[in-house]
Amino acid sequence: MNLPTDRLYTKEHEWVKLDATTATVGITDYAQSSLGDIVYVELPKPGTAVTQFKQMGVVESVKAVSDIYSPVSGQVSEVNLEVENDPAKVNNDPYGAGWLVKVKVSGSDALAGLLKAPDYQAIVAAAQ
Amino acid sequence: MSPFGGFLMPIQYAGILDEHRAVRTAAGMFDLSHMGQFIAEGEGVAGWLDGLTVNAVASMKPYQARYNIFTNERGGALDDAIIYRFPTRWLIVVNAANSDKMWRWLSSRLPPGVRLHNRTPESALIAIQGPRSVELLQPVTNVDLSALKYYFATEGSVCGIPAEIARTGYTGEDGFELFVKASEAERLWNALAREGARVGLRPAGLGARDVLRLEAGMPLYGHELEEDITPLQAGLDPFVKLDKPEFVGKQALAAQKAAGDYDRIVGLVMEGKAPARAGYSVWQAGTKIGEVRSGSPAPALGGKNIATALVRSGAAATGTAVEVEVRGRREPATVVPLPFYKRRRS
Repeated sequence: MNLPTDRLYTKEHEWVKLDATTATVGITDYAQSSLGDIVYVELPKPGTAVTQFKQMGVVESVKAVSDIYSPVSGQVSEVNLEVENDPAKVNNDPYGAGWLVKVKVSGSDALAGLLKAPDYQAIVAAAQ
Repeated sequence: MSPFGGFLMPIQYAGILDEHRAVRTAAGMFDLSHMGQFIAEGEGVAGWLDGLTVNAVASMKPYQARYNIFTNERGGALDDAIIYRFPTRWLIVVNAANSDKMWRWLSSRLPPGVRLHNRTPESALIAIQGPRSVELLQPVTNVDLSALKYYFATEGSVCGIPAEIARTGYTGEDGFELFVKASEAERLWNALAREGARVGLRPAGLGARDVLRLEAGMPLYGHELEEDITPLQAGLDPFVKLDKPEFVGKQALAAQKAAGDYDRIVGLVMEGKAPARAGYSVWQAGTKIGEVRSGSPAPALGGKNIATALVRSGAAATGTAVEVEVRGRREPATVVPLPFYKRRRS
């Protein structure tokens, strides 16, 4: 499984990449592969407050609805409209064009409690 | 792989959309060996089965297959099944999840002279479904498939392996269900996979199977049929022969039909992008009128979101505008006739 080291992860298979105070969030390659063909994405509107590890939206495959949890706390600043129009982007490029939301983070330790790539890798390996 | 009805089954191989496309445009291959297969023999099998089901059994011709529903005293569905009449035996194929239940139901009601055998562990079932099914199979079977009518079966061989070959299926496409000895299953699967390259055959799993049958308007037990849903409620009126002398649940069904105001399964198409899913509530003018039973995007309908729902009779007319509650939002949908998809018949 593809696992970039320039970002952090959650045990619910989200990734987050922080740039100053803006965090870009998506789901991992393992998540998109497990879900199968993604057909619908429901994301919080810009301005919505999100809380770390709380449900913030859903990703739907043909068969099932899967909750996505925000890896950080803050306010949604941008939603990836391309993914709303073409959910397959999440399958095809989960770490790039398949990003889901950008969050303006609050708090001094926005990335506390998140997993480095090798630790997330270990979780995935244990689940196989 | 996922647990399903006591077996470990593939939900998908290459992906549900890929497998769905193969079945609708070429051919897909399904391993359905998990389904229950019972053999009934002896005098009086037809009359016995007629007493336990809604559809006519005794009038079945040799080698004919019929879809049927076993019912309880309330007319509710115990299981749906396909019954095949071979010259010296009957084959009953039931859902894997109901195999134990149906075995107990049937074997506790055997009349003298009728023998019932559970051949599930000894018999595999592999289905080939799709418009190129005949093209795939004709060169490797000794049966003249052009003479095998829809919902009839025969005995012959496929890839040199003795098989019962039935022109039945659960996808809405042309296709064949092949019954072979369990010990030959792997050999048949591999031989068909090799032959299949000729027509673009793809293995297909339970995920694709569910989308295909939903598009084709076919019930899935546990969704459109269950012990508290009757075949009439499921819209299976053509299969319910109330003129049969007697069968379990006949009185209840006759009364239900006469009353006419029962909740029933309808097709829904969502207007928006959010799929409807089993369990979502259905609303009309601020009142809850039913519940979604199955829901999925439908690749054969350009990705429109389709669903079946059990709704009150007043809301069941084609064209009725309803709302499906998706995560607290009421999303518009319209009642449409089933099936959603019909194959082109040449």
